[in-house]
Amino acid sequence: MENIQSLSQMTSWLATGRILFLLIHLLGVGCFAYIVAKRLAPLIRGERDFRFDQPLVRLGRVLKFWLGQWKHPRYRTAGIIHIFIFAGFIVLAIRAFSVLIVGVSENFVMPGLSGRAGPIYDIITDYAATIVFLCMVIAVIRRLVFKPARYAVPARYGKAHTADAIFLLSLIAILMVADSLFAAAKAAAQSQPGQSVESLAAFSLPWILQKALLSTALSTLGKLYFSAYLVHELTFYFLLCYRPFGIQFHVETSLFNIYFAKLDREILKPVRWGVSDEHLDQVKSFGVKSFEDFTWKHMLDFYSCADCGRCSDNCPANAVGRPLSPRFITVKARDYSFQHYPVLGRANDGRPLVGSKDSGSIYSEDEIWSCTTCGACEAECPLLIEYIDKIVDLRRGMVDDGNVPQSLQKPLKALESRGNPYGKMEKKKADWANAKEFQQICPVKTLDKKNGADTLYFVDSITAYDDRMQSIARATAKILNHVGENFGILGPAERDSGHEVRRFGEETLFMALRDNNVEAIKASGVKRIVTADPHAYNALKHDYKDVPPVEHISQVIAREVKAGKIKFNPVENADSVYTYHDPCYLGRHNQIYDDPRDVLDAIPGLKRVEMKRSRDRSFCCGGGGLMLFYEPKEEQRMGVKRVQMAAEAGANVIVTACPFCMVNIEDAIKVAGLEGKMTAIDLAELVEKQIASESQTVA
Amino acid sequence: MARIFTYIMHKGGAVDDTAFELAAAARRIDPAASPTAILTGWGGNLDDACKALGASYPEIWKIAIEALAYPNAELIRGALVKVLPSNSIVLVAHEHFGIDLAPGLSIKLNSAFVSDVLDISGVEGAGLKVVRQEFGGQVSAHVRCDLSSGAVVTVRPGAFKPQEGAAITGAVVDKSADVGALAAGRRYVETVVAEAGDVDITKHNILVSIGRGIQEKENVSIAEELAEALGAAVSCSRPVVDAKWMEKSRQVGSSGKTVKPKVYLACGISGSFQHLAGIKGSPLLIAINKNPKAPIFQVADVGIVDDILEFLPELTNKVREMRSAA
Amino acid sequence: MEILVCVRRVPDTSENEIQVNSAGDDIERDDLVYSINEADNYAVEEALQIVARVGGNVTVATVGGNDDEEVLRREMAMGANHGVLITDDAFSGSDGRGIATILKAFVQKGNYDLILAGIQAEDGGAQVGGMLAALLDYPFASLVNSIEVLDGKKLKVGREIEGGNKEMSEIDLPCVLSIQTGINEPRYVGMKGIRQVASIPIPTFGASNLGLDPSAVGESGAKVKRLNYFVPALGKGAEILHGSREENIDKVLELVAAKGGLK
Repeated sequence: MENIQSLSQMTSWLATGRILFLLIHLLGVGCFAYIVAKRLAPLIRGERDFRFDQPLVRLGRVLKFWLGQWKHPRYRTAGIIHIFIFAGFIVLAIRAFSVLIVGVSENFVMPGLSGRAGPIYDIITDYAATIVFLCMVIAVIRRLVFKPARYAVPARYGKAHTADAIFLLSLIAILMVADSLFAAAKAAAQSQPGQSVESLAAFSLPWILQKALLSTALSTLGKLYFSAYLVHELTFYFLLCYRPFGIQFHVETSLFNIYFAKLDREILKPVRWGVSDEHLDQVKSFGVKSFEDFTWKHMLDFYSCADCGRCSDNCPANAVGRPLSPRFITVKARDYSFQHYPVLGRANDGRPLVGSKDSGSIYSEDEIWSCTTCGACEAECPLLIEYIDKIVDLRRGMVDDGNVPQSLQKPLKALESRGNPYGKMEKKKADWANAKEFQQICPVKTLDKKNGADTLYFVDSITAYDDRMQSIARATAKILNHVGENFGILGPAERDSGHEVRRFGEETLFMALRDNNVEAIKASGVKRIVTADPHAYNALKHDYKDVPPVEHISQVIAREVKAGKIKFNPVENADSVYTYHDPCYLGRHNQIYDDPRDVLDAIPGLKRVEMKRSRDRSFCCGGGGLMLFYEPKEEQRMGVKRVQMAAEAGANVIVTACPFCMVNIEDAIKVAGLEGKMTAIDLAELVEKQIASESQTVA
Repeated sequence: MARIFTYIMHKGGAVDDTAFELAAAARRIDPAASPTAILTGWGGNLDDACKALGASYPEIWKIAIEALAYPNAELIRGALVKVLPSNSIVLVAHEHFGIDLAPGLSIKLNSAFVSDVLDISGVEGAGLKVVRQEFGGQVSAHVRCDLSSGAVVTVRPGAFKPQEGAAITGAVVDKSADVGALAAGRRYVETVVAEAGDVDITKHNILVSIGRGIQEKENVSIAEELAEALGAAVSCSRPVVDAKWMEKSRQVGSSGKTVKPKVYLACGISGSFQHLAGIKGSPLLIAINKNPKAPIFQVADVGIVDDILEFLPELTNKVREMRSAA
Repeated sequence: MEILVCVRRVPDTSENEIQVNSAGDDIERDDLVYSINEADNYAVEEALQIVARVGGNVTVATVGGNDDEEVLRREMAMGANHGVLITDDAFSGSDGRGIATILKAFVQKGNYDLILAGIQAEDGGAQVGGMLAALLDYPFASLVNSIEVLDGKKLKVGREIEGGNKEMSEIDLPCVLSIQTGINEPRYVGMKGIRQVASIPIPTFGASNLGLDPSAVGESGAKVKRLNYFVPALGKGAEILHGSREENIDKVLELVAAKGGLK
């Protein structure tokens, strides 16, 4: 057949290079294998990480996040470009493979593509190569002309990454051109008089090149064919071996990174996998103090970062000028591992991981303490890189070494001796409920041997002790009473949930608080728990074991509204415009977005607007728990930015469902100079205010 | 009744108020007593200091030794042990030198020791009854000090009011010869003067002074804005400096600066005596504090129970209004 | 360098409301949280930093009872090499001089180059350090806010004096220094560290192995005794303004202007 004849003729053009091509194959594959082995070396020294369970679930996530590029469209332009590039690469993979083999094995045709599938595949790949090429051009233009802000490298992190990006994009473009030229030269040769035309996809890059080559002499075509092949092979292997030296390594590692990604985001990494709490005293050193203390999966994370900057773009600490940029947590660690475990040469001693600002360490202490664990970075990352576990582990290391800022030592000491960060006395924990006037309208029982209940209202420290936040407790109690909930509180037996204690790295103190609480909860005999504090909610749900199921008050209210047990009076001020601020630990961490909104929408006459950054893109108020005591270096408060966002959305009342958000937002309103123009109210407070009592029920 | 001595510190030829407060304290121990002042030092400064006491002390003992030109507690202790009669009662001001000198002196004199006395009830038998504070001033205590082998007592500056007495002409007695050789294991090298800082709070007529009640560094700007509106300066108490919210040069108190403004706004300051010790000249002292039980309200002229984080910005706005209307 | 730090366990002033008990003979002790005296903690941190620079050991000692062991353990969790409890029924009721006498006997059993103590205890009189030095005939400096080791024989220390100034002196070893708060930033002692030292045996010393005559210490030897605690009747104090915030502001500005404050 003519095709095969042409193919033989084509391949004869390559025949002279067969040995060369084979050598390049061997060298390329050998180098790549060597480099990958070197890159795996630190992972072998890294801490263990249990990631081999639930293979089917993991494969499903690979389909969704890797193959399906699920998170990419969150940044629409870049997302679409990347989807095209990725799809192109997948499609071109087989062609690339075929082309590489053809150089050494004349008649090689990919199994399955010898029949009708072959030409169809060729057409698809022609377009794929074209699209990838165009995407490279667009990407270069974006980098050079439009310069999206999130790609910029702040001075303290070194030089810009633009040159390297352009270099790589150009190489991929060259690869596409070489591939297209290879096909075009062949097709041009075939369309010589007397040969049947092998069809190239119309208007694709190979097609265009073919048209340009139509009148070229056969011998020149032969040389072009050979050169295109060589350039293709060299570029292919260069890229293959170069990728593991930079951000492009994500091409290889992304599938694995997503396969091994954490299945349940909300379960914090234990101090050491495989060591239960009771045996933790055998672990001499807690946390990450040197690079090798990271688990192999965390090291894989460092390799898999594509430097897209989406994490830092959404990081509230970064936005207010704190010394934290999640992207550079990863980039710096990756660069460190490349230096510390070089491909050429032996592993050498590294710099310390965490130190004070001028100590030359990889991370500064403030960098690690600045994180509010809001999770915005993890919500954004297309490669499912995990940040919170790393920050917590680094903090564990600093706590283990006694390296804790003075501002945090006082509340930690108070938590140890009094069970709350304010140092207030345990016996005063139920004072919020004991004021005479309140007791008369809403008695709240403290659970003990004589007084039991079905439901526990877990108040937690700030709501119980802070003068302002106590009104949230009273509102919550009134709501529970209104819906006929048989509930009680632990009172002096309740300790701080320990949520931030754990996330600030004081694991032992957290366990003491947790064990105290679990014992008290079990002794109370309650069957379920309700709280108005999303941090307590998160702790009780994910950090505590063997406790009854827990709900946030917004879930309770939403359910009762839908069941008709709570009815609302219309808002008094028809001009108020409300907006709901999603607390990080209710929204992003626990996906409770709709219940609070449904509640607000059930209040007659309540005008509600949505801020641009809402739901899983909500902007952290500044953090809760111990974060309220930390003195960060920042240019602005997170709360102030948030309040400005509310003003921009046209709201003058911010509704939130977290006492820490309330502290930060009310403070920010004053600092931003919006007193009198903006107010904040807690969801429970608003609901309690608007509840229509039986006699007032609006039909 | 044992003889009562007061050890007097001096600098540049001058003595401060404590010299006379100690005399008043001595009279509380024994109304009939004529306390003797003791001064150590060298040269003209010592003589001037002795002269300054002439109107308040009937007898002034002077120990002039070159090695004592700069006050060294160990050397001075050695000197005092030589000249003091046994079972004497010695009063010293409770400030940085008294703290250095007095406890060791009590050991070498084999006397009892009681420090930072705020009030003296009197002598009952062989015991002196005094009042001290504990737990950062949260509680007071009556303490009995056995006088049978004498006592060294340090007295809180400002606790006793100097008395206007009949004019005396005190005689200076030179006791230098009784001292003999002195040795010490500590030698003075130099004094490092505190950095001037950008603002000299001792030169301002109005001070907006902040304490722990300012709560965090970012709130310091609230005080700065008020100060700017008033043409004042911001000063602070020790906890603010310890927390690194303001520089040391802004600290008012016994280990900070002494200020003599016309108006002193104490905002979120509890009123520890170490802080108050730095305020001289009886300014108009206005205290604003959330805690109605704050000790500052005992010493202020005017008190407002309010949250400084809300009160001060409103005060600033009012001042600005008034200024723009003027 | 062998460093001894004398520490004391006291009710924590920031986490307690100190009140006089009904009998007036003590403060109300139910519900109190105790911790190491703040200035003593600074002293231990300073000792740890010195041995980190020049080598040596840090011993923490306290005169007290079994309850006081917990602060020794806490400082050992912080990094102190040894903890010693000096305890004997005969010691109770000691005044400052009594405590210093007891400590002197302990010091003479060992070989310490440097002895540190916090400047003052919450319930103390800023005396034990100075008294101990005089009893041992060691040089002394109080209100120390910086320590530099010059060589094995002497230190250069800074003292906090008036006006924020610092008095620098050379002092021969062995010596006693009492440490002012703020000299350093003490490291954090985590619960893990505390648990790890929870069962380390802590040696005790009593009157007999210190060679102390009980009549020289304890209540019988005390020349100074606390008679009672009380809260003084409040005097007239400030004129409290009871108006609205606006009214109070106006009054304040009126008073300030009258004093020549507003121009």
